[in-house]
Amino acid sequence: MAILDILKLPDPRLKTVSEPVERFDDEFRAFVADLEETRQAGPAAVGIAAPQVGRFQRIVIIDLSSRPKTPNHGHLILVNPEIVHWEGYAMGREGCLSVPDYTGNVIRATHIRLKTQDPEGQEHQYDMEGFEARAVQHELDHLDGLLFVDRVVSRRTDLYRRKVYKT
Amino acid sequence: MSDWNMLTLVGADRPGIVAQLTRVLYQLGCNLGEASMIRLGGNFTIMLMVGGERSPDEILEALKPAAEEMGLRLHLDPLRGGLHQHLLPNLQVRVAGADRAGIVAEVTRTLAEQGFNILELESDVAGDRDRPIYIMNIQGYCDATLEAVQGALAPLSESGVSVDVSPVDVMIG
Ligand SMILES: [Zn+2]
Repeated sequence: MAILDILKLPDPRLKTVSEPVERFDDEFRAFVADLEETRQAGPAAVGIAAPQVGRFQRIVIIDLSSRPKTPNHGHLILVNPEIVHWEGYAMGREGCLSVPDYTGNVIRATHIRLKTQDPEGQEHQYDMEGFEARAVQHELDHLDGLLFVDRVVSRRTDLYRRKVYKT
Repeated sequence: MSDWNMLTLVGADRPGIVAQLTRVLYQLGCNLGEASMIRLGGNFTIMLMVGGERSPDEILEALKPAAEEMGLRLHLDPLRGGLHQHLLPNLQVRVAGADRAGIVAEVTRTLAEQGFNILELESDVAGDRDRPIYIMNIQGYCDATLEAVQGALAPLSESGVSVDVSPVDVMIG
């Protein structure tokens, strides 16, 4: 196990589009363990994506198990995740391990349906809302080389005039 | 890190002000820190942290021609503190009601009594000339619970002002 270095803005590698995971082997599982250790070592992050530590594969960890009042599915390792449905939108404040000392307002879908594999390669589907849906959208952006700073809006932004997501 | 100054400029709004000002500061070798620019009542307003080796007099001298040409009032104060001192809000208070001066005073006094530290405050007047609506959005940090802040603000709701307190949940990922 090891704590991995986190890539930080303006590292151009953060713009890399990550590749799907094809081999669910021991090396992959060892990496997931390192990624989890790295998430826990830093500031209170509810999620982390593999490209944030320089591994450009579609792997994300989300953990909202410490937030009983927030609807969530606990600790999840998402492999090759894909959002297949979006609904609603809301503004919320985000920060990122790759962008220290900055938070900003981002508009995200309030409800999503997520299709994903687990570390054994099994397929799952989740309906997520609110904070968990926000966390997943933030992490999946990393897999496509996007950072939340690319999506930050002013608090004065008129929420009702903006449509940011298409299904 | 060198010392910072707080530059304040106010005047009639027109396109290109920020471009002109920041070009002067760049040519002077100044660093820019945090800034907030907003149009208030049709006026251009900006507060901008300016750093670097230049003295306040040199900065003022360099900016004067551009400020005079654009009709801007210019102000520069030495600044204690510096970058990387952000505090994260944990509560948001939204207020809306018929326009009257007392709303701001009452809401902020109540928040102060709860130990609420205002980090950002935006307010605007909506509606129309005859029936203005005052809208205020505050984000800040408070050790008291959401319920306590809500309770303290409840008397305002009874006087016809709409007050909403909600958590600010910063998602770090
Ligand atoms: Zn992130």
